[in-house]
Formats: sequence, structure tokens, C-alpha cells
Amino acid sequence: MLRLAGVHVHYGPIHALRGIDLSVRVGEVVTLIGANGAGKSTLLMSLFGQPRISSGSIVFDGEDISRLPTHLIARRDISLVPEGRRVFPRMTVLENLLMGAATADADHRETELARMYALFPVLRERLQQRAGTLSGGEQQMLAIARGLMARPKLLLLDEPSLGLAPLYIKKIFHTLRELNEEHGVTILLVEQNAHHALRVAHRGYVLQHGRIVMSGSGRDLLASAEVRAAYLEGGQRSAPC
Amino acid sequence: MPATLAERGRDAAAAAAIALLLGIPMIGLTTVDQGGALRVQTRWPWLAVFVIAVFCGRWLLRYGLDRLRTRRTRARSDSTGTAARPAPGGRLPGALAWLTFGISLALPLVFSDNRYVIDTATTVLIYVMLGWGLNVVVGLAGLLDMGHAAFYAVGAYAYALLSTRFGWGFWEALPVAALIAAVFGLAVGWPSLRLRGDYLAIVTLGFGEIIRVVLLNGAEFSGGPNGISQIPRPSFFGLPFAPPGEAPTFAAFFGLEFSPMHRILFLYYVILMLALLTNALVLRLRRLPIGRAWEAMREDEIACRALGMNVTHIKLSAFALGAVLGGVAGVFFAARQGFISPESFTFNESAIILAIVVLGGMGSQFGVVLASLVLVLLPEIGRDFAEYRMLLFGAAMILIMIWRPGGILAQREPTLRLAAKDRRV
Repeated sequence: MLRLAGVHVHYGPIHALRGIDLSVRVGEVVTLIGANGAGKSTLLMSLFGQPRISSGSIVFDGEDISRLPTHLIARRDISLVPEGRRVFPRMTVLENLLMGAATADADHRETELARMYALFPVLRERLQQRAGTLSGGEQQMLAIARGLMARPKLLLLDEPSLGLAPLYIKKIFHTLRELNEEHGVTILLVEQNAHHALRVAHRGYVLQHGRIVMSGSGRDLLASAEVRAAYLEGGQRSAPC
Repeated sequence: MPATLAERGRDAAAAAAIALLLGIPMIGLTTVDQGGALRVQTRWPWLAVFVIAVFCGRWLLRYGLDRLRTRRTRARSDSTGTAARPAPGGRLPGALAWLTFGISLALPLVFSDNRYVIDTATTVLIYVMLGWGLNVVVGLAGLLDMGHAAFYAVGAYAYALLSTRFGWGFWEALPVAALIAAVFGLAVGWPSLRLRGDYLAIVTLGFGEIIRVVLLNGAEFSGGPNGISQIPRPSFFGLPFAPPGEAPTFAAFFGLEFSPMHRILFLYYVILMLALLTNALVLRLRRLPIGRAWEAMREDEIACRALGMNVTHIKLSAFALGAVLGGVAGVFFAARQGFISPESFTFNESAIILAIVVLGGMGSQFGVVLASLVLVLLPEIGRDFAEYRMLLFGAAMILIMIWRPGGILAQREPTLRLAAKDRRV
């Protein structure tokens, strides 16, 4: 469904991604773990053309999207739930949800809203509340729901567990699994919380200093001592960014 | 925590003591002229009255403040937990808006022979128009535009040139001038697409000055500092407001006695109608996807992009619409004054329009009306204070910003409310 081949990204003189090969197949949950500054968010953002990749290719559904303008990429069947949630704070929950469907077919709007209420009952209770007044966990749910409103086949999530209470982290990962298993959404998940992420993922990639150093099934990676070591080691070294 | 009686008494006594200290030289002692010599006289009864007044006044003030505070905390504890309910009194601005609308309709009937009142009201409405135009750019789309007077100028000069050079009428020139203003809106929007906040403010500020300087120096087409005069006034569907002559006039057609007030009243209703159209348009747009996109862009541009919105189009549409509304206000201004010069479109004008939007509460339509009233009427009322006028004006603005830091109407109205049956909370 999504295939990255030899992707390089530069921020000026800084070489942030150094030849990434990565693929996501239909129906999978794939996670990308790594320490701060390893290039996880850069990878996800470069899928959306911000920043542009300097070489390599990004193919989604058989089409090279690496040169498309950002808003057109977002109109393919991909949704990105950005890091730090980025809900529209002064707008109500309902307005936030509708913004997610702004570029989609209006016909599905009601059914999508109903689906979101089923997935996240708390949002229904707070429809008229300003999104900025929600708790962090609720905002994350809103951000995910907003991304889903466009009916994506592939959902990209950037650190959905960032800054959340353990209970909410559990809830979010539970929801992701539900989305994948019952709603057939393919998920690419970028996480620092390797433990949780690898448990829900079918496959995982470990990113370190702009390179993929390891990949395998979620269970294997979770069991591998190297992953833990690599993950911890990367976390302690000062990050290049 | 409400103060006890003793606390309040002590507080008032402290104020009274200070009043006594100050009062002895200021009120207690006075000088009288007695046969050419100055003699000091005492006025102890007056001093006593003064001190008692301060005591009572302080007491009442504290009492009122305490009441206000307890009511506010109570309201706050009420609203937590059931936050989905609209705030109590949330309908009040709505009712007030309708009242204002009624007054604006009836105003000319009541003051039909008071030219000063109608003129001032017309000025208020011009600023309301300008404020609403800028509100789209600044309030909704969050693009800090400090050169709105440029579009005002473009509209005014477009009408002035079209009418004096090519003999166009008011109503034909209006849409064309608006279109020209839109082109200028795009012209400033396009190069500044990547800019936000203060950087955008600098570019728009510069743009405003460029327009003014070009008008000032382009003597062949804009008349330079002399401006353009003898701009034709709008007619009543082809009937001019003129003393009875050979051609049919408004007064003759309706069998009325000619009065210069007819035109003043007509102009008032024209701007009122333009303003109402603007309001309807902006309120409607706010509920449409494009309006929500403006607001979403104000909130978070990156999230907007991630959701597949074309930020370029959203920004340019906001700039264009703001410019069109500014241009329409400019056309009206030129038609009303009959004379325009670059002096009417200085940075000061942009600053006042921006102040109206900020003071009104960014994004609030009715807030703009209230702020325009304050900003136009205050200097008018202040005329009695002669040179202290602008001081009064500044003080009032500071007070409003202390009292309501988010603007007069800071509360944002959601663009859609749930129907009652949907609200199963």
C-alpha cells in the first residue's frame, strides 16, 4: 500500500534521513520506533511533502506521491494525526470533526460522525465544548477522530501517547487495534513508547540516526534484547537535530 | 471570599482617613480675598461632608465588588460539569444586536432634520463596514493586516476615477471598484502567503503606505495631494437629489419639497443596506466550509494542511473578501464626501480599523459594531474637552482592554449548534 525506497531528506546541511526503505501492506499495523531525533517525525512529515525528500520515492496505492503538493497528498486516502494533537482549540469538538471531513464527500458526513461517536463516546458528550478545554487524552482522541473523518485507508499517527496518562495510553492503543481489526484501517504508527507500540503492531522498524537498523514482527522485536538496548542507547546519546 | 462587616468598615475608614489628610489642605482650608489681603478661612463642615462621602462611597464600592465576585464564582462553579450548556446570558448579545438594528433603522425617522446625528451615524456605519471587512482577514483568518486603509483607498479612487473620467454612476461603479479592490487584495496576499503574525503586519503596513504614496505622487491620474473633487453623488435610481430644475429630481418626482436632508438620509440608508448585506454575507460564509476553514487556519495552519486544505486558497480568499468589503466602503466614502485625497487614507485610518476589530473581540460581528460606536462617538463626545479629547480616547481604550482583554465580545459563537433532539447529554 505504501512503499518508501531509498528516501533521503536534508534539512539544509543536516542529513536527517539516510536511505529509508519501508513498506506498509494493506491491513497491517506497522510501527516505527526510535529515540528523540532519530528522524521518526521527519519521515512521517516527508510523506506529506514537508519537508520534500531529496531523493528516493514514496509510492502510495501505485502512485508516486513524493512530488505532490501537501494538500493533494492529504486528499488521497491518507490521514495524518500530527504530533502534539494540534486540534483547533477555539473551535468546538463538532467543528473540529467537520474540519476533518472538509475535503471529503459530504454524503458520508453523518455516518462518519456516528462512527466516531461509537469509537469515542466521550466526544459525543462534548460536541459543543471548545476543543482547547478538553483533557490531553480527549484531545488526542479528537485528533484521531478528526483524521478518520476523511475515511482514510491509511492512518499515520505521530506519537499519539505523547504526554498522556497511562490509562489514556492504554485506551488509545486499544482503539487503534479496534480500528485496524474491525474497521480495516491500515496504520503506520510512530512512537517512542516502544513497549505499547510493538504490542499492537504486526511489524516494526527501528530507526536510529536516520537509518533503519532493524525490522521484524512486533513480537520478535519486543523480545529482542537488541531492540531494548538500541532503543535505550539511542535515548541516552545526544540526538542529532 | 466576601468581607465581613468589620473588614469592610475598616477598609472604608482607611479610605476616609486618607481623604481627611488630603482634605485638610484642599477643602478644609481656603483663602478669601478680604480688602486686598488674603486670609485663610476654614471650612470644616464641608470637609466632614467630603470625608463621610468617601467613607460611604468606599463602602458601597467594596460591597458591589464583593457581590460581583461571589456571583462570578458561583456562575463558574455552576458551569463546570455541564459545560456543554451555553453560558447564561449567551443570548443577550443577540437580543442587543436586534435592538441595535431596530435603532439604526428608526434613527433617521427620529432625527430626520438633525444633520449632525445622521452624519455621525453614517460615519459609524462606514467604520462598521470597514471593521467587518478587516474582521474576515484578522478576526476569522488570523492574518494580521495593518494596511486595510489601502483597500479603502483603492475603492474610493476607483469610484472617483470611474465617475469623473468615464461618467459611471454609483451603482455601476460599485461592483467594478469592488473587483479592483479584490485584485489589490490578491496582489498583497500572494507575495505574503508564507508570512504570519508580525511579519505579515509589516508587509501589509508597507503596502498601505505604498498605495498612499503612489496616490500622493501620481498627479496625472490621482490629482496628487489635491485629490479628486466633484465626485458625483449617488442618485435615487436615476433621480438626482437637486433643487428643482428642468430634469426630474427626487423631490419633484415624489412631490416633496426639496431639502438637502433627503440626500443625507438616502446615503445613510445606502450604507446601512450595504452594511447589512455585508453582515449577512459574512455570517453565512462563517457557517460554510470556507468560513470554518478560515477559522481553522487561524487556529493551526499545520493541522489544516494535514487535513488536506489548500492553505493558499484559504488565505487568498480571506484577503480578497476583506479587500472587497473595504473597497465597497471606499466607494461609498468617495460618493458621500464628493472629494477625496490621500490624506483620508493614512496609517492612522488602518490603525483605527484594526483597533475596532481588536476592541470588538476578534471575529465577533456585533463586537465590531459596538467598537465602531465607541471609537467614532468617543471623539465626538470628547469635542467638549477640546485638547484633552485624544487623551480621553486613549484612556477609554486602555480601560476597555483592562476590563475586557479579549475585546468587548470575546466569546466565540460556535458556527453550528446541535438541534434540541440531538442534544442527548
